[in-house]
Amino acid sequence: MSEAHAKSRRLVSSTKGWSLVTFGIVATMALVAPAWAQQEAPPSANDQVAAPSAKEKEARHESERHEQKPKRFDWSFAGAFGRYDKAQLRRGFKVYKEVCSSCHSIKMLAFRNLSQPGGPEFSEKEVEALAASYKIKDGPNESGEYYDRPGRPSDRFPPPFANEQAARAALAGNYPPDMSVLAKARGYSRGFPLFLFDALPGFSYQEHGVDYIVSLMEGYENTPPDVKLPEGQFYDPYMPGRRIGMPPPLSDGVVTYDDGAPQTIDQYAKDVAAFMMWVAEPHLESRKRIGLGVIAFLLVFVGLLYYTKRKIWSDVPH
Amino acid sequence: MEGHSQYTPKSGFARWLERRLPILSFIHDSFIAYPTPKNLNYMWVFGAILSFMLVAQIATGVVLAMHYTAETTLAFDSVEKIMRDVNWGTMLRYAHANGASMFFLAVYIHIFRGMYYGSYKEPREVLWILGVIIFMLMMATGFLGYVLPWGQMSFWAATVITNLFSAIPVVGTSITTWLLGGYSVDNPTLNRFYALHYLVPFIIVAIVALHVWALHVTGQNNPSGIEVKDIKRDTVPFTPYATLKDGVGIAAFLVVYAWLTFFVPNYLGHPDNYIEANPLVTPPHIVPEWYFLPFYAILRAIPNKLLGVIALFSSILITAALPWLDTSKVKSAVYRPLFRKEFWVFLAVCIGLGYLGAQPAEGAYLWFARLFSAYYFLHFLVILPVIGRIEQPEQAPESIEASIIRGETSHV
Repeated sequence: MSEAHAKSRRLVSSTKGWSLVTFGIVATMALVAPAWAQQEAPPSANDQVAAPSAKEKEARHESERHEQKPKRFDWSFAGAFGRYDKAQLRRGFKVYKEVCSSCHSIKMLAFRNLSQPGGPEFSEKEVEALAASYKIKDGPNESGEYYDRPGRPSDRFPPPFANEQAARAALAGNYPPDMSVLAKARGYSRGFPLFLFDALPGFSYQEHGVDYIVSLMEGYENTPPDVKLPEGQFYDPYMPGRRIGMPPPLSDGVVTYDDGAPQTIDQYAKDVAAFMMWVAEPHLESRKRIGLGVIAFLLVFVGLLYYTKRKIWSDVPH
Repeated sequence: MEGHSQYTPKSGFARWLERRLPILSFIHDSFIAYPTPKNLNYMWVFGAILSFMLVAQIATGVVLAMHYTAETTLAFDSVEKIMRDVNWGTMLRYAHANGASMFFLAVYIHIFRGMYYGSYKEPREVLWILGVIIFMLMMATGFLGYVLPWGQMSFWAATVITNLFSAIPVVGTSITTWLLGGYSVDNPTLNRFYALHYLVPFIIVAIVALHVWALHVTGQNNPSGIEVKDIKRDTVPFTPYATLKDGVGIAAFLVVYAWLTFFVPNYLGHPDNYIEANPLVTPPHIVPEWYFLPFYAILRAIPNKLLGVIALFSSILITAALPWLDTSKVKSAVYRPLFRKEFWVFLAVCIGLGYLGAQPAEGAYLWFARLFSAYYFLHFLVILPVIGRIEQPEQAPESIEASIIRGETSHV
């Protein structure tokens, strides 16, 4: 067989191969498309306009059980070069301490963590003073008794309630989740095909949890007239089921900032969400810093290996 | 296969050792002189990548085991302690969790490569079956490991999967109780899953040794599917040729692995697994890890529980019968015009099943899962045997060297 003939044959077979791959992908998408179409679109403002008939009302109730997709916010720690904003973490801690901590525990956070690199980086003096302002249960002592002592930096934040039952008894049956890893324990799917992009360099999106938390905290609405909520529940379209036991936690001016940042619900929500992200992922900064070094090294290494391989194979027809 | 050069011990110690335990000549014959077909493309680097990943998983896993506590009230917190207080703990845990995903990614490419180029055909049937056994052990290890962090998905995945065995008639419930060490997933379950998660990888190491042994007896398949006829003209020594090419493959693979580990470490995980296991709260959707999704879709496609479980296990076991189901005498898809097309349809069906496995089993999703599951089995039981009979294969060259001269080898 002549060289040209072989070449053209190869070309034909390779284009054939590709057209088939394309066909396969298109066919699969065409087959699955109706299934996506079935997914419910988030309810729009139009839903609220016309007075609904009984049947429509029922349908609307059904749709309202589905929560809204969270809004997206800008985060300093997003992306490959992302780092925490120290001032924001400090403000977020203040919001946690003055507002959230009355109901939410944060049991994996130790006082000493607050002075660690890659976090709010309070000074050790500040951390010691802060720890000492908490009472920690310790014991038993020599006489076999439990006692309270002032906290030390190595202690973890004491929970607001002794146990789940105590929390439920005090909070109308609600049990606020621990906030230690909450920012990673919440999320939502962006659906096909967007979820594929969430992993890619340049597009990477890992902030589903904090976006959800801010959307939720800002998202409280007056209960629509046709929705009946049980006593002690609030209407929030971002919460699964659209009802939440937590009363709106934030209001403008409730926490005083010393660094001139706006004292608004929006700012509080973002600051405390960033703080929660840090508590959930305290080594994010060193992870990303080391990662950049690792990837840079590997890229150079791949290049060197590739050209060495080419040199070695250059005398072998293959 | 006979190598390119014979090993002659050079130092006095090597000669001494060689007469007592010929391990040096074994290493030389297996990894230096071992003849590899000249025309292997980059799809052939995944064997080396998989060996690397097995070692990487064991290395990270052993260190994690030093800090992990297999007890239901402590397991979740001990993992978080690794993330917070253990030196390099964040990196180790993310490397191990994402390492499992990369391991499966590599093994799927490895398997589909074998299917495309007919690597399971005579004389490599035993090699292929050993591979299927390794794949099943990997699935067991992956599942057992996913339970250990004791999050919501860990707990409920364990509940769903062990519950499958209760579909077995008469003895099903007893078997499930025996597997769990109780009537539900609890501390005895976690303890034995931990012991097994530590054990099975070493069984994998042993089967991998057999897999590599079988490979070195039959020699590697290659893109043309033609057996080596003349070692001098058709092959090159493993070192430096294959070692360097595998090195490029491993390093490139590591770039992706490092990206996942350091920058999007929770992308492949489920947020619910950061909620501690709670037997009283069932998650709205129980979803397995991505690498089980196609099989999960097949399980749920069938309304009868027992039949669903049978379909699930058959879908894996049926691959072991491939050498006898594929009736074509020609190995490589390069010379099989019909199979070459059908292969991509089959691949699309498998990926489609993976997508459907992550969706709720209802409405259109369920019907497509049924359609695709049916195609999956038809591919093995009907399409492959029939294509082998009706297809007119293209003219294959006489030798690997002739195939290279014809310019058919792809540089993929």
